[in-house]
Amino acid sequence: MAGVSDTTLTTDGLSAPIGNDGRVLIIACGALAREILALIELNKWTHMALTCLPANYHLYPDKITDAVEAAVIKHRPNYAEIFIAYADCGTGGLLFDKCKELGVQMIKGPHCYSFFEGNDVFAKTSEDEITAFYLTDFLVKQFDAFVWKPMGLDRHPELRDMYFGNYTKLVYQAQVNDPALDAKAAEISKKMGLPLERRFTGYGDLAVALAAL
Amino acid sequence: MSDEQDIILADLSDEELTLQMHDDLYDGMKDEIEESVNILLSRGWLPYDVLTKALVEGMRIVGIDFRDGILFVPEVLLAANAMKGGMAILKPLLAETGAPRLGNMVIGTVKGDIHDIGKNLVTMMMEGAGFEVKDLGINNPVENYLEELESGEYDILGMSALLTTTMPYMKVVIDTMIEKGMRDDYVVLVGGAPLNEEFGKAIGADAYCRDAAVAVETAKEYMAKKHNQLGA
Repeated sequence: MAGVSDTTLTTDGLSAPIGNDGRVLIIACGALAREILALIELNKWTHMALTCLPANYHLYPDKITDAVEAAVIKHRPNYAEIFIAYADCGTGGLLFDKCKELGVQMIKGPHCYSFFEGNDVFAKTSEDEITAFYLTDFLVKQFDAFVWKPMGLDRHPELRDMYFGNYTKLVYQAQVNDPALDAKAAEISKKMGLPLERRFTGYGDLAVALAAL
Repeated sequence: MSDEQDIILADLSDEELTLQMHDDLYDGMKDEIEESVNILLSRGWLPYDVLTKALVEGMRIVGIDFRDGILFVPEVLLAANAMKGGMAILKPLLAETGAPRLGNMVIGTVKGDIHDIGKNLVTMMMEGAGFEVKDLGINNPVENYLEELESGEYDILGMSALLTTTMPYMKVVIDTMIEKGMRDDYVVLVGGAPLNEEFGKAIGADAYCRDAAVAVETAKEYMAKKHNQLGA
């Protein structure tokens, strides 16, 4: 995993599972790979293996449900249990319905900003924060590939305020304490023209969901 | 779209200039569009003709290429920005010259959602097509929609959402309209990236519009139906 770049996790995911003792396989979004591996290592969850779908499916959420289904079908014969490390992630309930149909569990909540902060806390605060643009560690690292370039802002920076004009702040939800990421988040905030608020969330409900497996 | 350089817009014939405007809209060239609009007006064109033959037709081409995956959101935004420049010149003139009005619409992004790119595109294209549009902006609770609808002579309500978490609010608005007995007085059009036709039907909207061009066509169809019913 050390050799897998964030760019690869964005565009290709992680097709060959890491860890393979046949017990629990986590099929995750590439944006969660490093966090899940950190939790596995920290907690010595040696019964868990991990495979990831490309993180950039979030740019086209309609791809997520079919891709998750295909991955479940592919890996099911080799594992006793499969867990889907996605929240709803813009699928509008379709992923939840598919997971139910496949008989697999997934992470609760609308998206990773919610479960990193804790779904209950996020549900209470998000109504007052509709003008917040959220970033996680992964998104800070992959901001250009995930946000800036797909929106054409590398070619047309003059569009910035058409995209972000209604936002009032950038919330960086930090999963780990890393000064390099803090510096990158500060750069992004300047680029977006939004004041930065850093919140250390740790792994939030992701840790809770995986601990139950 | 065009590779030509240093074109003197004022030297072009009306037909050449109109085609050049389609190219300039496609390329998002706001200054050139504004200049061309002024040239056509100075040649005695009616504002309505400048709007429909040059701007709306140009945006129609942009819309087709967006739908077909040739253009993407950034390019459409640049084109829209260029059209906005032209519209700003034409809008006051259109009112003065009695351009045809097809109907009146209220539009807004629903409560909890601050995304307005799609809504703004629809607003502009609807105005270009001859609709009077009251734009309520972003983050609208049901009261905003209802108060506005009740305050004027509106035909259409348009609602927009970009998030799967906010799109269900459209149903709250429609259900409230039903409760108040006013649902059937309006055509309700909904749109936004995570929506689809099935969702539109499920919440009781009249139609889901996948893009601004479809919104215009759908609105025109409903207005034509309404006029036919009134005439029958």
